[in-house]
Amino acid sequence: MQNQSYLLTVLTFFPLLGTFALLLLRGDDHVWIRRLTLITSVIEFILSLLLLRGFDIGNGGYQLEEVHHWIPNLHIHYHMGIDGISLFLVLLTTFLTPLAVLCSWNSIQDHVKEFFAMLLVLEMGMVGVFCALDLFLFFLFWEVMLIPMYFLIGIWGHGRKIYAALKFILYTMFGSILMLVAILWLYRVSGTFDLPAIQGMLSSGLSLPWGTQLLMFLAFMLAFAIKVPLFPLHTWLPDAHTEAPTAGSVILAGVLLKMGTYGMLRFCLPLFPEAAHRAAPIVAVLAIIGIVYGALVAMVQVDLKRLVAYTSVSHLGFVVLGIFVFNPTAMEGAIYQMLNHGVSTGALFLVCGMLYDRRHTYEIKEYGGLAKPMPILCAFFLFACLSSLALPMLNGFIGEFMILIGVFDSQHFAWASWAATGAILSAVYLLWAYQRIALERITVAKNETLPDASARERFILIAASVVILFMGIFSPMFTHRMDATTNALLEQMRTTASYQAQSWQTQVASRTSSTKPTTHEVAMRSVSLERQARP
Amino acid sequence: MFPPVQDLYRIAPEIVLCLFGMLVMLIDPFVPAGRQRSMGWLAFAGTLGAFASLRWMFVNPGSAYSGLLRADTFSLFVHGIVIAVAALAILGSFDYLDHEGIQRGEYYALILFATAGMGILAGANELVTAFVGLEISSISTYILAGFRRNALKSNEASLKYFLLGSFATAFFLYGTALTYGATRSTRFEVIDQAIAANGSGALLIIGLGLIFVGLGFKVVAAPFQIYTPDVYEGAPTPVTAVLACGPKAAAFAVMVRVFYGAFGHASHIWFWAIWVSAVLTMCIGNFAAIVQSNVKRLLAYSSIAHAGYILVAFAAASEIGVAAVLFYLAAYAAMTLGAFLILAYVGGTEERRLDIADYAGLGTRQPWVAACFSLFLFSLLGLPATAGFLGKFYSFSAAIDQRLVWLVVIASINSVIGSYYYLKVVVAMYFWEPNKEWTPSPMHAPMFIALLLTALGTIYLGILPDRVMQWAITSAQSLH
Repeated sequence: MQNQSYLLTVLTFFPLLGTFALLLLRGDDHVWIRRLTLITSVIEFILSLLLLRGFDIGNGGYQLEEVHHWIPNLHIHYHMGIDGISLFLVLLTTFLTPLAVLCSWNSIQDHVKEFFAMLLVLEMGMVGVFCALDLFLFFLFWEVMLIPMYFLIGIWGHGRKIYAALKFILYTMFGSILMLVAILWLYRVSGTFDLPAIQGMLSSGLSLPWGTQLLMFLAFMLAFAIKVPLFPLHTWLPDAHTEAPTAGSVILAGVLLKMGTYGMLRFCLPLFPEAAHRAAPIVAVLAIIGIVYGALVAMVQVDLKRLVAYTSVSHLGFVVLGIFVFNPTAMEGAIYQMLNHGVSTGALFLVCGMLYDRRHTYEIKEYGGLAKPMPILCAFFLFACLSSLALPMLNGFIGEFMILIGVFDSQHFAWASWAATGAILSAVYLLWAYQRIALERITVAKNETLPDASARERFILIAASVVILFMGIFSPMFTHRMDATTNALLEQMRTTASYQAQSWQTQVASRTSSTKPTTHEVAMRSVSLERQARP
Repeated sequence: MFPPVQDLYRIAPEIVLCLFGMLVMLIDPFVPAGRQRSMGWLAFAGTLGAFASLRWMFVNPGSAYSGLLRADTFSLFVHGIVIAVAALAILGSFDYLDHEGIQRGEYYALILFATAGMGILAGANELVTAFVGLEISSISTYILAGFRRNALKSNEASLKYFLLGSFATAFFLYGTALTYGATRSTRFEVIDQAIAANGSGALLIIGLGLIFVGLGFKVVAAPFQIYTPDVYEGAPTPVTAVLACGPKAAAFAVMVRVFYGAFGHASHIWFWAIWVSAVLTMCIGNFAAIVQSNVKRLLAYSSIAHAGYILVAFAAASEIGVAAVLFYLAAYAAMTLGAFLILAYVGGTEERRLDIADYAGLGTRQPWVAACFSLFLFSLLGLPATAGFLGKFYSFSAAIDQRLVWLVVIASINSVIGSYYYLKVVVAMYFWEPNKEWTPSPMHAPMFIALLLTALGTIYLGILPDRVMQWAITSAQSLH
């Protein structure tokens, strides 16, 4: 490492600093608590923009790396770094957090300090997950992040909030605990928790038996599939989304779900390419079932927030499909769609929250004809819907289009056609919901006098809409930065797969199974890590 | 013939503890009523002195009294844990004893004697010495468990603990006798050589089994855990804190010496016994804890489950396994002690507030206490960045290293099941509305310091575990 920058560390722990500052404030000083949180999250966003400056577009590897010794006895390093995949996810996180803060400005009235402290801790966890390149560190952030989300749902949620919070945390923990076992097994065979080092070893020098590789892939995949959530594992999502406060839903849909797909890209594919290849048909079919099923279920929801929640199942299905056809276009589309979904579903949840602030209900039939009393809010609502249903010129279109093109390119015509029905269905459920809420006649008298979007709400919606439009028009600015990483990832998969296949053949031939790296390799690796780590 | 003076250095902590214990007993009758608290401070000074005297042990490693005891890093590590547990428990007892009206000097003296017994256990290099240590610590804790002499539950706990504990130590003694019969020695290294030379016959296996019964009782390994919930629930809470951490650490230490040192060549025989016991311990602890509504009882079952996780590392039967056991014991002591001290504080007079429902809304009423308790619970649950996670991580890693994948899978699924009941308490503290009249009892400096230290320990072992881990590894290496 020539010049280590501390940008990623600063980015990760700056929100924590904000949390400590918050704790110093008096609990009833609501105004300054809100302001301080907003300032922290805005500075965090500005800091994260520096990533764009430091990011080398042509480089497909990890950048802005930081390596330090942490727990030498277990060969655990503090290793941070980003690439074309995580770069924008970090930006997405830092972009959505100020919006989440703003949308909770008036709607959170009790335990204000704790709420905003939780939000900032959550931001720390999310940024950390995307930057961590050490499996231990990754797991740490991955789990730590659950706690603030758990409290956000459990304390400030609505309805059956305790049930939803418990369901959320137990589902995720169950998934991740098996991932922990796989991580430990990986450590046993490789002697390190360092992701780039393990990647390097798997593509030359370390062979994993097929059975082991498959089990590890499944363990990782289960954790991520629950998080995404992939079709049969999605049942925690509607509850958690619906009962969470608006800020929680925005973060949950906007960022937390992406961690699942991010994990697939970061771990499942490069580490276990052969297993990923063989599992791809099953995963893709589950993803497509998710697309269609999510859309159909969304259509019949009577609760607006639940409807939006189910759109996530459908949209994330697209992302998973895009990942598991192993085609550069589809993969870029998938990454792009992750960002799109974050922004547009975030916007939809923000609108839901604004409606809830006014009427304290999510029942669709309680609304109707809202375009008359609040034209501005409804205009933005429509805009978010259009973005989510992938209208050309807006962001969603680019992502879905690239995924579908990529799937077609990989000769999976049936998959592509089924997935395309999801795009059509999304138009149905979103526009229908919009129609029932904003158009038609006003049925409930209260709705006639509802105030339109306030300045604060307009600012939130404008910020989201500008990004939606920007991402729809200037998509190359984003995809350009992903190119190198996507190609490097697919290349990594190829070399790893071919090396592993070769080693299996020789193993079968010689009937010897040595899964441990030789001492020489371990020594070499530790030397290279030593070099990276600062004294 | 006096033993060489180095031998005194090698049992310096026990000498200091016993001296202070006797001092407390002697002075106590002359202390005017209402001033008994000063005895507590004297005992606390005793633990500090014992801590300081570890230094003598450290600079004089080797075996003492012609090989009855060993002063090695391993012994030091366990000494450190049990003395720290005693010190913090004494700090946490002051207010408790006051409001229970049992502020007496002998309470503190008994804690010191029990700790001395645990110290002997940790250093024992021979089965009869181990038995002596076991008896010293057990008898003191039997009395301590019944120290609330007017409370029926406390009496029950004491009697139950005494009867079952006597049986267990008797089993241990039988095992010792049989082992002696088979190998003509009670010294660990001699037993080891005998097994290496002659293999393990039926007599030895039965002996080992009986020893396992005796020690399994102390570490609460299934199926010898039956007494735990009742005893832990009935004993005065600060005593429960000691019971859950101290004897367990000392018994695990002697178990390591017996199983790895003396019966190291018979590991193929005891491996499956430990494996099965680990699985049973975890499952019984966790499943039974789910249905508890009394927090003290819940934590008692949780301590059974944690014994199971330690057994997972124990089953690894490797140097890393020993290090993991030690690290886990340290982490476990910090968080469990903290959790029980919180119970002692919140429980109030006559331990009336121990139900989960009593914790409703604690997060609003006493945010710092609730935050502290959540930290301990999350650590027990195994959330990263806490001591509990590192302990589990290290222990699972040691087991995986020996290819015990299925054991680790069972353990990890158990830890998810466990998270349910820990979260139940957190749910009550933060998500439920406070539904009862509540007057927070004042928190005085000693309890505050004890809680602060345990909380800091929990965080420290979770974030910067390397130094303690290194000690644990050195300790494991010092066994040979």
